Amino acid sequence: MYQLLHKEKLGPDIFLYRFRASDIARYRKPGQFVIVRIHENGERIPITIADVDIEEGSITLIIQAVGKTTLQMAQMKKGDSIPTLTGPLGEPTHIEKVGRVLCVGGGIGIAPLYPAARAMKDAGNHVTSILGARSSNLIILADLMREASDDLIITTDDGTEGQKGLVTDAIRNLVDNGEEFDQCIAMGPPIMMKFVCILTEKLGIPTIVSLNPIMVDGTGMCGCCRVTVGDEVKFACIDGPEFDGHKVDFDELMARLATYRSEEKNALEGYSSHAGCRLDSMSEGGSR
Amino acid sequence: MNAKERMKIPPVDMPEQDPKERVSNLDEVPLGYTPEMAMMEAKRCIQCKTAFCIEGCPVGIDIPGFIKLIEDGDFKGAARKMKERNLLPAMCGRVCPQEEQCQLFCTIGKVRKNPCESVMIGKLERFIADWDREQGEFEQPPSVKSSGRRVAVIGAGPAGLTVAGDLVKFGHEVIVFEALHKAGGVLVYGIPEFRLPKKIVQSEVDYLEKIGVEFRYDHVIGKTIPVRKIVDDFDAVFIGTGAGLPRFMRVDGENLLGVLSANEYLTRANLMKAYDFPEADTPIVKGKKVITVGGGNVAMDCARTALRMGAERSLIVYRRAEEQMPARLEEIHHAKEEGVEFHLLQNPVRLVGDDRGWIKGAEVIKMELGEPDSSGRRRPVPIEGSEFIENTDALIVAIGNSPNPLVPNSFPDLEVTRWGGIVVNEITGQTSVPGVFAGGDIVLGAATVILAMGHGRRAARAMNLYLSSGRWVDLDSALDLSRAEVH
Ligand SMILES: Cc1cc2nc3c(=O)[nH]c(=O)nc-3n(C[C@H](O)[C@H](O)[C@H](O)COP(=O)(O)OP(=O)(O)OC[C@H]3O[C@@H](n4cnc5c(N)ncnc54)[C@H](O)[C@@H]3O)c2cc1C
Ligand SMILES: Cc1cc2nc3c(=O)[nH]c(=O)nc-3n(C[C@H](O)[C@H](O)[C@H](O)COP(=O)(O)OP(=O)(O)OC[C@H]3O[C@@H](n4cnc5c(N)ncnc54)[C@H](O)[C@@H]3O)c2cc1C
Ligand code: SF4
Ligand code: FES
Repeated sequence: MYQLLHKEKLGPDIFLYRFRASDIARYRKPGQFVIVRIHENGERIPITIADVDIEEGSITLIIQAVGKTTLQMAQMKKGDSIPTLTGPLGEPTHIEKVGRVLCVGGGIGIAPLYPAARAMKDAGNHVTSILGARSSNLIILADLMREASDDLIITTDDGTEGQKGLVTDAIRNLVDNGEEFDQCIAMGPPIMMKFVCILTEKLGIPTIVSLNPIMVDGTGMCGCCRVTVGDEVKFACIDGPEFDGHKVDFDELMARLATYRSEEKNALEGYSSHAGCRLDSMSEGGSR
Repeated sequence: MNAKERMKIPPVDMPEQDPKERVSNLDEVPLGYTPEMAMMEAKRCIQCKTAFCIEGCPVGIDIPGFIKLIEDGDFKGAARKMKERNLLPAMCGRVCPQEEQCQLFCTIGKVRKNPCESVMIGKLERFIADWDREQGEFEQPPSVKSSGRRVAVIGAGPAGLTVAGDLVKFGHEVIVFEALHKAGGVLVYGIPEFRLPKKIVQSEVDYLEKIGVEFRYDHVIGKTIPVRKIVDDFDAVFIGTGAGLPRFMRVDGENLLGVLSANEYLTRANLMKAYDFPEADTPIVKGKKVITVGGGNVAMDCARTALRMGAERSLIVYRRAEEQMPARLEEIHHAKEEGVEFHLLQNPVRLVGDDRGWIKGAEVIKMELGEPDSSGRRRPVPIEGSEFIENTDALIVAIGNSPNPLVPNSFPDLEVTRWGGIVVNEITGQTSVPGVFAGGDIVLGAATVILAMGHGRRAARAMNLYLSSGRWVDLDSALDLSRAEVH
């Protein structure tokens, strides 16, 4: 059993959780994730390890409540335990001194972006970060990201914070103003990553993305997480989750994410009517 | 009763759930022998002087021995006799391909000129194992002095469980690391409930815990803990990580929605209890019409699971002929009884999707049998121009699994074959790394439960000797396994 040591709310439906898991904390590298299962009949869901505290033997997860499992997690209290926390899984982010790095995060994608940005900065890179969300209250980790970045730009669709517009607008502005980047890391909803990649490909900036397909085991055993990268089929849990964004077939990824949409909706409605919780997170759709 | 009279007794059928009824539940299909049935079936054994059946058993169970005890009504004795050689008889009785092993060699089958009429060794094995379990008596193995040695077993499939049980009985401390949240390997995530009830697997695992084996779940070795660290921290290591890498067909459209590997389909259905959705949280793809591609046990399990998940039509599409299907005869028979349609000598070449990206059909080409290939089976050759579209709502790819690459990939010192199996000494299970042994599907590729257990048993003996003597070089000759004992 893995105990919840700390929980706090970061935004609407977004919570930070710190679980005791000392082996995972010790061996985890930025970019890796865990599989979480919260009760005996629970689903196995993948969540990026946002941070670790080796001394405390704990890992930090930042999770947006979008469906049954993540909503149930939102009901957890400090001291509660969960039966499964498996990891660290996946390949770590490739950290290297390349020069000027552009980190782009959208919504819950800022959670996995943070460890990557910090590692890039620690490796001696100049880090410019762009954080985007629909509205101001959905921007998470702004303070931590500011520390991990040399420059930080915030964009919101509705203009409630930072620049009004999309992250791609901000990238274009930077480049128009003569900024140059050797590497881009983009993490967020698939649709955001897709458009960032279309733009950075035009601009000639190599781009790493972190993909969020549906998973089951997370160990390469089922192939549920397969994604098309270039002309190859890869298992995101073992070969990824990070890939060369210019080669990823995002349309396929987005289609596959909808495989269980009607079942997810049923499960959520059943659970919500049961637990009497709000359904509004459902409309936020998608993950990250 | 003399041998002639015994030979005249026809095989005792095991009662089964009615096919129409059973496709709407998950309960086990064969219901088991009553004591009277078992004693009658046991009478059919003529106690051959040279028991060929034993030759056919990968772990060398004293078959006439335990059958005689059943005939005499000494079920406890029969259970003990069986457990001398087979730690997991309740499973083997259910899933071993007996018609290719013990029962293939049985004298009675030969006399009656029909291997299907051999002594029903597997059914008797199952009877005794179930009887023994239902007594609920726990027999503590004879206590041995602790050796002070620590062993890590990676993977809790039949190979790993066998090694763990044997080594704990030899007095070593054993920790089993398992990637998933349950022990049993394919027995829990792959083979369905209606064929191998999970409570049986669980009771074997409970037994191992009672005799002192420690299980650490959610530990993906090579990720949660580096393989090197395990090798350094323990006096010996056994790798039994199985053949868990699903093969795909590599045809167009394989990433359409509604197309999944057998591993994914069965894991959702079994380990994650998707049959109980939304009570259990994991959903599964359902279709009115479901195609399963393949002809092995795995394919039969998928096709039969699909019926239980509500499919109106469940099709097996297999590129060879029925005689060449690698599945157990019983599985093919059960699948047919339940209404699974066999579309033989056909092979999908392309999958077709609708505008939302869901599969709506498979383009299938007809095949004919050509010259024998390296496996000795006549090779299927496509008949040009015979393609047609088979409509479907879901397609399950059950064309095989390869050795799980995770441990070898993260531990390059380990020598592997071209197809990814770990290279071992066949007698001892020693790998290229001193102190590290391996066995089961990670060595053989997708094989059988009993072979995995046989590997586990041999490795355990070799590991025991290695742990007590520290000898690595020529461990096989030191072990001095007589042929009979190896068996
Ligand atoms: C490698 C990886 C890292 C991730 N990291 C984070 C993270 O740090 N924080 C975070 O909030 N989310 C993260 N996700 C997404 C997270 O796994 C899903 O939001 C979660 O599974 C939803 O479960 P649910 O039962 O609450 O919702 P459901 O009702 O099951 O589904 C709601 C939405 O989540 C998607 N989804 C469902 N099941 C899965 C699954 N098993 N894997 C991925 N997506 C799924 C569906 O497509 C749907 O859009 C990550 C996903 C991956 C693959
Ligand atoms: C659907 C299906 C039906 C079958 N039907 C039959 C049948 O009827 N009769 C028969 O004889 N055989 C059958 N088989 C084959 C049989 O199940 C296997 O040959 C047997 O289970 C192999 O045992 P194993 O111990 O080598 O590996 P497995 O049973 O595969 O167990 C390996 C275990 O190792 C774990 N693992 C993997 N990697 C790691 C890691 N890095 N760290 C920790 N743990 C890890 C896995 O999670 C798994 O639990 C079937 C197989 C399948 C898939
Ligand atoms: S070969 Fe058949 S008849 Fe002979 S001992 Fe074995 S089970 Fe009995
Ligand atoms: S989640 Fe099963 S193979 Fe990746």
